[in-house]
Amino acid sequence: MLIPKARGSLSAALFAALPSLGPDDAPPPCPTTADDNADEQIALWALYELHYRGFEDADAELEWHPDLLRLRRSLEIPLEQRLRARYAAEAVAPDAGPTLAASVFALVEGHRGPSLASYVQRNADLEQVLDLLRMRSIYHLKETDPSSWAVPRLPRASQAALVELMYDEYGCGRAREVHSDLFARALAACGLDDRYGAYVDEVPTEVLEQNNAMTLFGLHGRLRGAAVGHLAAFEATSSLPSRRMAQGLARLGMPTEVAAYYLEHVEADAVHEQLATRGICAALVEDDPTSAGDIFFGAFTCLDLESRFAAAVLADWGVGS
Amino acid sequence: MSERSPVPEMILCPDGPILLRGQHVVVDDDGVEHRTTRPVSAICRCGHSATKPWCDGTHKVAVPRARTSTRTAD
Repeated sequence: MLIPKARGSLSAALFAALPSLGPDDAPPPCPTTADDNADEQIALWALYELHYRGFEDADAELEWHPDLLRLRRSLEIPLEQRLRARYAAEAVAPDAGPTLAASVFALVEGHRGPSLASYVQRNADLEQVLDLLRMRSIYHLKETDPSSWAVPRLPRASQAALVELMYDEYGCGRAREVHSDLFARALAACGLDDRYGAYVDEVPTEVLEQNNAMTLFGLHGRLRGAAVGHLAAFEATSSLPSRRMAQGLARLGMPTEVAAYYLEHVEADAVHEQLATRGICAALVEDDPTSAGDIFFGAFTCLDLESRFAAAVLADWGVGS
Repeated sequence: MSERSPVPEMILCPDGPILLRGQHVVVDDDGVEHRTTRPVSAICRCGHSATKPWCDGTHKVAVPRARTSTRTAD
C-alpha cells in the first residue's frame, strides 16, 4: 500500500517527508503537536504500519528510525492516557466474578453500547453493509496480527494457549483459511477492493483509534496484560454478533463468501473466547497477579472503542443508537 | 490451563461449553456423528446452540436448562 492521505498539519509534514527519507537521514521538522485527534491517529497509524507491512513509497528501514520512534512515542503517550482515563472514569469492577474468566465475561456482559451487528441483522441496507465492510477491512485484513506481538512477552502457559488460538486464526496451516484471507475473499465477492489498507483514507478516526490501541498494546511488552485482555473481550463479543451479521447479510442476499467469514467466527470465537479468558488471561494472572488490572483495562478498551465506533457509524447513517 | 502434562483433551467451562482438544468424532442427541475440524472445538452444553453439537455462544443469552447428553468417541 501507499502512504495514506494526511488529516492535518502533523500528518501532512510526516507523510511529505517519508518517501524521500533514508534510515540515517534526519527528518525535516514536523509540528510538535497534531491539529486534532484525526491528525494524531492517522500519523500514529502510519508509523505503526511501518512495523506491519510498510508502504511501497517508504523505505522499509524506517521501521527503526530513531526520530520516527520518538515521534511515535509522543503520539502513543496521549493515546494511552486517554484510554486509561476512559477506563478509570467507567469505574468497572474487575472483581465481579469468582475467577478471572468469570470477571472478564461479567465485564463484557455488563457493557452497554450500540450494536452494529444488530442493526445489520434487521435494518441495514446494502450500501451501509458495504460501508461497514470497508471500515472493518482495516483490521480484518490484518486479523490477529496485533495479538502476535504479545507471544514472546507472555509466560509459557499463556503462550501455549495464545498460539493454539492463533493457529486457528491463521488457518491451521492452510493459507486460504487464514481469517484475513477469508475476509479478502468476502470483499472481492462484493466487488470491493481486497488489497490491504485500500480503504484507510476513508475510514473514520474511530477505526484508526481501534487499530492503534491494538498495536499499542501489542508492541509494548509492559502492556501485555492489556493486549490479551483486549483479545479476550474481542473474542467474547464475536460469536453472537457474527451470527447477527450473517443473518443480515442473508437478508440482503449478499454473496456467500461474506456470510462464510462471519459464520466461521460464530464457531471459532465460541472456542477462542474460552481459550482467551481461561487459557491466556488466567495463566498470565497466575504467573503475574499484577497483570489483572491491565487485562481489564484492555478488555474495557476493546468494548469502549467498539461502542464509540458503532455510535459514530450509526450517527453517520442517520440512525439513533 | 496450566503446564501440567499431558495437556487435557477435554475442559468443562463453567457456564459454558466443553472444550475438546484434538481430532474427535462427536455423536449428537440423534446419534449423528460430527467430526471436529479445528484444533480445539467447543461443544454445546446448554442445549440452545443453533449449530449443535458445536457451541455458538448462545449460552450467554439463553436461560440455563439441563445439560444435554453429548458423548464423544475417538
